[in-house]
Amino acid sequence: MRSDRGNRAPIGVKVAAAAALLFLHLPILLIFVYAFTTEDKSFVWPPPGFTTQWFAVAWNRPDVWEALTLSVQVASISTLIALILGTLCAAAVSQTRFFGREVVSLLVILPIALPGIITGVALRSAFNLADIPFSFWTIVLGHATFCVVVVYNNAIARFRRTSASLIEASMDLGADGFQTFRHVILPNIGTALVAGGMLAFALSFDEVIVTTFTAGQQATLPIWMLEELVRPRQRPVTNVVAMVVVIVTFLPILAAYTLTRDGDQIAGSGK
Amino acid sequence: MNGAPAILAGRGGLFGALSDTFWRHPRLLLFLMLTPPLLWLGIIYLGSLFALLAQSFFSIDEFSGMVRREFTLKTYGELLSPSNLDIIIRTVVMAALVTAACIVIAFPVAYFAARYARGRWKAVFYLGVMLPLWSSYLVKVYAWKLILAKEGIVGWALGKLHLTWLLDAWLALPVVGGPSLSVSTTGTFIVFVYVWLPFMILPMQAALERVPGSMLEASADLGASPRQTFRTVLVPLALPGIVAGSIFTFSLTLGDYIIPQIIGNSARYIGMAVYAQQGTAGNIPLAAAFTVVPIAIMGLYLWMAKRAGAFDAL
Repeated sequence: MRSDRGNRAPIGVKVAAAAALLFLHLPILLIFVYAFTTEDKSFVWPPPGFTTQWFAVAWNRPDVWEALTLSVQVASISTLIALILGTLCAAAVSQTRFFGREVVSLLVILPIALPGIITGVALRSAFNLADIPFSFWTIVLGHATFCVVVVYNNAIARFRRTSASLIEASMDLGADGFQTFRHVILPNIGTALVAGGMLAFALSFDEVIVTTFTAGQQATLPIWMLEELVRPRQRPVTNVVAMVVVIVTFLPILAAYTLTRDGDQIAGSGK
Repeated sequence: MNGAPAILAGRGGLFGALSDTFWRHPRLLLFLMLTPPLLWLGIIYLGSLFALLAQSFFSIDEFSGMVRREFTLKTYGELLSPSNLDIIIRTVVMAALVTAACIVIAFPVAYFAARYARGRWKAVFYLGVMLPLWSSYLVKVYAWKLILAKEGIVGWALGKLHLTWLLDAWLALPVVGGPSLSVSTTGTFIVFVYVWLPFMILPMQAALERVPGSMLEASADLGASPRQTFRTVLVPLALPGIVAGSIFTFSLTLGDYIIPQIIGNSARYIGMAVYAQQGTAGNIPLAAAFTVVPIAIMGLYLWMAKRAGAFDAL
């Protein structure tokens, strides 16, 4: 047992830590205030008044709905691909030792370790070289590539904790490989996969740097936001969308946290 | 059990037969599991990455504007022209400053969370770092646009404190100044620090979790002042985490092109140069050569960190 359990933190450390956490959260909270402001031309603070009319305006904007639908579709399919590829890779790397194991884990991590702009430009120039037209599927291709690592990180942490003797016991009791997978492995890694999938969804839903290179004319929600940031058209609508995006991405993260809380790993440490 | 055969008969059915085959040939199963992810990452990701790097050895024909597909180092020569060198130096200096600021701000949070926070507070600190880390990048940048705007909350707060003259004096300075915070290098710097800070806190906290409290007490018992303990015990032990975090902050700053475009003056960074060269300028070879810069810098950085022994403790 650690002897410092009853220790009090020095006041300086406490204040600095609290200040840093406030620094991380206040800007996001500010978005919530601006979503209700009556001012529509500038970012004036304090807001001259509060209104909920911009929610109705945003609700009736077809371009927002189109972008949102596209983002959800892209994120769902990318997550599905990432779940399959990431789980396969994690299973292979954790269950067996083979030549080149480190290379495989490096390859999985590389798309997220190198700056997104490199992935983006590389994919764009490859699509151009191969004469592949930009479409929904080119966006998915890019997103799935960097989502694999999130699923992989979550799955491999769980695989390492799952004892190999469980699988052997199942086999000894007469289950075949598929039954063992269905009744022993899947229940064990299930929550880790759901958590990894949710984080992959959040990552894809929010991605903008790679998407600017792999999207043609379509606009995902982040692309829509980027356009509004560069050339603002209706600021209050952007405020409302920003607030909705914050809420939509917080929910899967909180869910992923609760699912892996008692685990030995940090759900999002691989972003 | 006298009639039981020593070797069981194979299982019936397609799945049974498959299961038996995998059991007898584990390599086959491994091969089948690894093929889809390796094909995907190998062809789509590595393939396009190498195609891009190969194009950095091509050049662009000045008259036709077409890419000439012959081996040349001309594009790399172009990279060293004064204006491009200027972009590279500006980006590297910015990345270094952002990393340093992130280390300073992250340390108290990581230290408190690792050493003092228990139970509920541990969860508060963990989520307190995770939520900003995962919340939308563009929303965070947008929030800072609201904060740093001339009529925004920073200007308002300084006005209330009668400190507007301080802001004006700072903005009047060359290099860091500008018409308002949201179009100045100071603004770019603040937003970079804000957006990448969680990436520094998490690995630093992981490293500090592994420092036994008894070691700090031993240092104090042996007569070290808190300052000496910090310098000679805590920092060396936390170094792997600091290096891991700085890899993130450095690499992310080197490659970003959205933050300086939205919050900053017109000064260009590597990411913006890549974006402009591949887009409007249509000069893929130069864009490719520009992307080699962050890759080379990160490679060098990792190599130096490895030599300094930063990974030994991981």
